[in-house]
Amino acid sequence: MNPFIQNKFRGRPYKLLVYGFIILFAFSCEKKEKEAYAYTAKTPDLKETKAELTSPPRVPEPVGKRRARKLIVEMEILEEEGEMADGVSYVYWTFGGTVPGSFIRTRVGDEVEFHLKNHPDNKLPHNIDLHAVTGPGGGAESSFVAPGHEKVFSFKVLNPGLYVYHCATAPVGMHIANGMYGLILVEPEGGLPLVDKEYYVMQGDFYTKGKNGEKGLQAFDMRKAVDERPDYVVFNGKVGALTGDNAITANVGETVRIYMGNGGPNLVSSFHVIGEIFDKVYAEGGSLENENVQTTLIPAGGAAIVEFRVEVPGSFVLVDHSIFRAFNKGALGMLNVQGEGNKTIYSGELREETYQPGEKKTRSVPATEEIAELRAPARSPEERVNAGKQVYMQTCFACHQAEGQGIPGAFPPLAKSDFLNADVNRAIDVVLSGLTGEITVNGEKYNSIMTPQNLSDDEIANVLAYIYNSWGNSKKNVTPAMVTKVRNKKL
Amino acid sequence: MNAITFRFLIPLFAVNWFCHAQSEGMAFVKGGSYLPLYGSKGTVAEVENFEMDVHPVTNADFIAFVTQYPQWRKSAVKKLFAEDNYLYHWKNDLEIKDGEHLKSPVTYVSWFAAKAYCECRGKRLPTVDEWEYVAMADEKLPDARIKASYNQQILAWYETPKTHKNTIGKTPKNYWGVYDLHGLVWEWTLDFNSVLISGESRKDSGKDSNLFCGSAAIGATDLMNYAAFMRYAFRGSVKARYTIKNLGFRCVRSRKNTENKPIKLP
Repeated sequence: MNPFIQNKFRGRPYKLLVYGFIILFAFSCEKKEKEAYAYTAKTPDLKETKAELTSPPRVPEPVGKRRARKLIVEMEILEEEGEMADGVSYVYWTFGGTVPGSFIRTRVGDEVEFHLKNHPDNKLPHNIDLHAVTGPGGGAESSFVAPGHEKVFSFKVLNPGLYVYHCATAPVGMHIANGMYGLILVEPEGGLPLVDKEYYVMQGDFYTKGKNGEKGLQAFDMRKAVDERPDYVVFNGKVGALTGDNAITANVGETVRIYMGNGGPNLVSSFHVIGEIFDKVYAEGGSLENENVQTTLIPAGGAAIVEFRVEVPGSFVLVDHSIFRAFNKGALGMLNVQGEGNKTIYSGELREETYQPGEKKTRSVPATEEIAELRAPARSPEERVNAGKQVYMQTCFACHQAEGQGIPGAFPPLAKSDFLNADVNRAIDVVLSGLTGEITVNGEKYNSIMTPQNLSDDEIANVLAYIYNSWGNSKKNVTPAMVTKVRNKKL
Repeated sequence: MNAITFRFLIPLFAVNWFCHAQSEGMAFVKGGSYLPLYGSKGTVAEVENFEMDVHPVTNADFIAFVTQYPQWRKSAVKKLFAEDNYLYHWKNDLEIKDGEHLKSPVTYVSWFAAKAYCECRGKRLPTVDEWEYVAMADEKLPDARIKASYNQQILAWYETPKTHKNTIGKTPKNYWGVYDLHGLVWEWTLDFNSVLISGESRKDSGKDSNLFCGSAAIGATDLMNYAAFMRYAFRGSVKARYTIKNLGFRCVRSRKNTENKPIKLP
């Protein structure tokens, strides 16, 4: 049942059925109530409280079944320098010191007393337009505040849903482009159904004087903003805000709810989680529930609530499926799921077989070192490099990219890589066994997971020969014998 | 305030029309017309000849002022004329706090205090048009607004924190010989509220409104001059008794085109 629509039971069933239903309900409700609203114990029935505000990707405690009350929200505006990507800094304008701004959680009927504080060190006036407000400017008119001042206004939240807030001071687009947006959740009466994990993610597009990746403090570029040509499209304000150590997490069997907003200012988002299907989407953050959705569209200045149960372990990648934004501009995050695998849901690779159109399948090939013997190994170093390129394009390309440049904050570069060139046996071991944990490549830290590659010793030698002989690397030759040696040492 | 009330301010200026001599620490600015950011295309603003302080008023200048006029001291100022933070960076009535500099621009001053300072020195606060007219110059050109570098330098300042702690005269001298219009602090203007950006700036674009709209495409003449948008937004956010960490002021004095021309009062 849609929790945003509190339909009363309208039918007139037979008495017997009614009694039966009541009896059933009486037996079942106690446990259900406890399960769904256990957390309400933490929110006593007060008339007035200070709202808990959280930084992304965290969200405040659920509202549950508490009654409507007066909620005091204290939010501070800070203009401060932050990191857009490794080595790239930017002066963000923020609500609460983060991009997106602090998450606000209310319920229908709450009266929110909003305190907007403009830090004295700030250069500019600001205000706030909350899409959850019914009133002129969404509060912008009453909250226009000079540096070193505080404005107070209040509003009643009338409609349940997930709403964007943002700054609306001239030039409006620039205030939004500098990071002044966030989400306010208005829960329906009785609260949203309980889930295991809740996260706050918001997409935004950024416009810098230098092009993507150009180091140093980058100024805002109005021309690119007007032309809608962002250099960065990111989740939670920066490249890598949700990758490596910052990845969001869940355990197998848990339900995950993401409060997903889009601050824009320009782009709409095609939000998708690679390897998951949204069991439920509250379309546009409103009352319409959709089920079994692959990608949901989130307008600039809009939001969606997505829910799904994670069934198998692994890394699930959050992307804007306008996919160049994900792999070239930063709109990429990770959900790391831990737990037992479930072979009936996802087997992993079972076997590899040769394929030749028109011919009968000759042999089933287990993906082990036997492959080396079964295939004619490439002979000369040159042949090895050529053969390695094919392996690279099939296996490594997606993460490490066509020119070995990697993806900032997520996957380390192979081009001119000090980590790679330092130790060939380590490189072989990484391909064989995978790599988890923090490493430093060319002075930058990475902390993601590379899974063991199911390749033969010959293929590993080929692909490493290709990598070592490309993109300014050390041109080291790698032979299957070297790979076999490392593999045997492991065993 | 709007264009009509602005007219009532003009007699206030007349008081100063009798001052002719080139003053120490002031630069002569030849009047003219220019296209302000607000208003429709073809709406030019006229600016008469005037003199402008070469530097913003410093802490040292303001100490001298409150020594002479005790009613503007930190402890004595009327709440009607200045809010609690008035001269917040001062230790007491006549001393600045440790770490502050006498040659830094005075900030945490209200419009009333700034106006009184200028009047007591035989000057007045500049109008928005006068201020913007001088501030559109860079080192070489009286109107540098079309140059990309002009906008970039101003925006670079907006993105640099704590510039109010710097001392005066460190930014390049502009075409008129004036320093620090950009790069140090915001500055009070006499009619700071006459060009209005209301709290809800986006609705000021309504056809009924003949006021400038901060964000609306309709009202502005140069949409790429967003540094100026920010100044107008800033002015729209303040009230006359506000005192702000980044906000100082300087004074101007009117100077008639011809010395002997009789003065026409409006």
